[in-house]
Amino acid sequence: MLKFILRRLGTMILTALCLTFIVFFLTNLPPNLEKLAKSEAGSRISDAEVQSWLAKNGYAQPLLVRYGEWLGVVPGWTDETTSGQMTGRCVKRGMTAEDVPTFCGILQGEWGFSTVFKDEVDTIISRRLGLTGILMGFVMLVMVPSALVIGVLAGMREGSRLDRTLSTASIATTATPEYVSGVIFIAVFASSAVGLKWFSGTATSAMDNITFNNFTLPVLTIALYGIGYIARMTRASMAEVMTAQYIRTARLKGVSFPNIVLKHALRNALIAPFTVIMLQFPWLLNGVVIVETLFNYKGFGWTLVEAAGNNDIELLLACSVVAVFVVLVTQLISDIGYVFLNPRIRIS
Amino acid sequence: MEELSWGSIIARVFAQFWPVWIGMVAVFALSIFYKRRLGLYGKLFDSSIGMVGFAIVLFWFFTAIFADTIAMYDPLQISSGMKNKVPGSPLADGTGYYLLGGDSLSRDVFSRMVMGAREVLIIAPAATLFAFMVGITLGLPAGYFGGRLDTFLSFLANLVLAFPVILLFYLLVTPEIVETGIPKYLAAVLFLFPIIFLVILFNSRFFVQPKKRNIYIAITLVIGLWIYLGLAWNADPLGIISMQPNILIVFVSVVFVNSPTVFRIVRGIVFDIKTRDYVAAGQTRGEGPWYIMLWEILPNARGPLIVDFCLRIGYTTILLGTLGFFGLGVSPDSPDWGSTINEGRRLLSIYPHPALVPAIALMSLVLGLNLLADGLREESLRD
Repeated sequence: MLKFILRRLGTMILTALCLTFIVFFLTNLPPNLEKLAKSEAGSRISDAEVQSWLAKNGYAQPLLVRYGEWLGVVPGWTDETTSGQMTGRCVKRGMTAEDVPTFCGILQGEWGFSTVFKDEVDTIISRRLGLTGILMGFVMLVMVPSALVIGVLAGMREGSRLDRTLSTASIATTATPEYVSGVIFIAVFASSAVGLKWFSGTATSAMDNITFNNFTLPVLTIALYGIGYIARMTRASMAEVMTAQYIRTARLKGVSFPNIVLKHALRNALIAPFTVIMLQFPWLLNGVVIVETLFNYKGFGWTLVEAAGNNDIELLLACSVVAVFVVLVTQLISDIGYVFLNPRIRIS
Repeated sequence: MEELSWGSIIARVFAQFWPVWIGMVAVFALSIFYKRRLGLYGKLFDSSIGMVGFAIVLFWFFTAIFADTIAMYDPLQISSGMKNKVPGSPLADGTGYYLLGGDSLSRDVFSRMVMGAREVLIIAPAATLFAFMVGITLGLPAGYFGGRLDTFLSFLANLVLAFPVILLFYLLVTPEIVETGIPKYLAAVLFLFPIIFLVILFNSRFFVQPKKRNIYIAITLVIGLWIYLGLAWNADPLGIISMQPNILIVFVSVVFVNSPTVFRIVRGIVFDIKTRDYVAAGQTRGEGPWYIMLWEILPNARGPLIVDFCLRIGYTTILLGTLGFFGLGVSPDSPDWGSTINEGRRLLSIYPHPALVPAIALMSLVLGLNLLADGLREESLRD
């Protein structure tokens, strides 16, 4: 088991390095750097000035060296201005030459500075992640129980009318991407022209004060897409368990149907959905980006869109580190959890 | 002229779709009549869910084909005084109606939705097909040979899958990246796979009949490379085949995102099938590995692959909509559904109809594809 986890961790780190390098490479392509120089030093500077600005700010080094600097395994660049003042990647205002650390990458906890929000990246990310965490928490609270209930109800009597209805409904929700259900929800429940006006169509106020009025629609929009998928997986697994020999034995013994479902079938039927729920996290991330943009809720997804749209290199890199981390950790947890829940599976 | 009531709006929209209804009735009548001779396709008409799904997909398919007849106005035509008008509003000059209202630039929502169907139904199935070619060409050897090749390809596939889709889109589709030509090189690589696939397919089949093999491979190479030059490099010597650069980028990124999943599915199926007796029999007969993969294993994997193909077209449609929703890639005037939703959402709470119409269209197409896949799965499991 330990060996398995270690190997998985090794692959995970390798994947994370590859992915961050790809993002680093794509955000640091010459046209992107030129755009950065123009937005920082003035939009009308000449090509030569762009080059000198890039050289002065450490962007002229080879890509791999800069990736190493960002990571914190290569010493940060230093330079001296004409007036003898020391500049460099690790130099902050008011630092003397002795205080400047050699390394300052994400390994040292230096995430850099956001050019769009004019703030330290780690403060932005932690604040935004907190907001998204609240949203995700509510989504999970709505999504998981309702999906499991729907799946178990549909799967306990395969082919019944209840099963048909619930299955078709779950297909319908998986066929509705967030940007469609969000638009429909806003039009029906929040439109000031024709709709029911039950809820608010934006969630901006929910960042300070969550109310039923401003948070229902975003949560519902994200949850809906996942509900159908998890419910279908639960249904399939429940239907399979219900045909097992031991269920038939229980039935022949005269155990009542609710007892069979709750005491005999349920636990075995929930193994497969567990993995699916864990693997759903990366999907939620996708939904979060869409919903936060649609409802103007300034969380992690919204930040990602802002960073990507404005080529805010360091913020975008931090966002992708977080996103990749979420994906890989949930994959690991789902693998390990699967083994724990189902002792028949052996890894080696 | 007066505004139309909801009843007459529905009646007029229904009448506007007349070529679609004729086409659908014809296809359904013929298919149900001959359903016993049509294999899996015919069996679809035994399942009610599959039939509903097929009907919805067929509806959009015919809408895309007859879009020119169905659409009442040009999707870019601007009529004065029709800005954000509610459904059923008459034109200012009294020549007709905007059946589903006007959008924020006074264009006809109905016509845009119909023309959008064409955009979506050209890109989504084609992109899915390409993703399948890539996934199959790489997944078959990975599953069959295993070992280092499998480890390497699986690592690459997981790498792409671990990328948040939206981040990938933002990184691939922004103008700065397009300027460097990376999407173009990606297209050059990805578009090679269908040619490789077909060449291997014919080569393994007709290896013992060199004459026939050479003819087939020559035809594939000539046509394939011609299309390849036109699509990937925009350098068709005859100047017939070309692809708008922004569509190409959207196409490539969608193929790129989809193919790792197809790869994993194919690889999983091959792992299962290669332990069967008929594969061992083929190996004992001395058949080459590619013949076994393409002509023994692949046909037996068709069931799950066809089902996944339907689901994946729906998923690709969602991805295209996502791209449009973030305003990436496609030109802002494009009538495709994602962009139209994006455009309409700004005034969503005041004028919901410009966003609602494409949203419902997109949802119904994806729903139809999902139901169709469900029906196919049910019927293919039955025997």
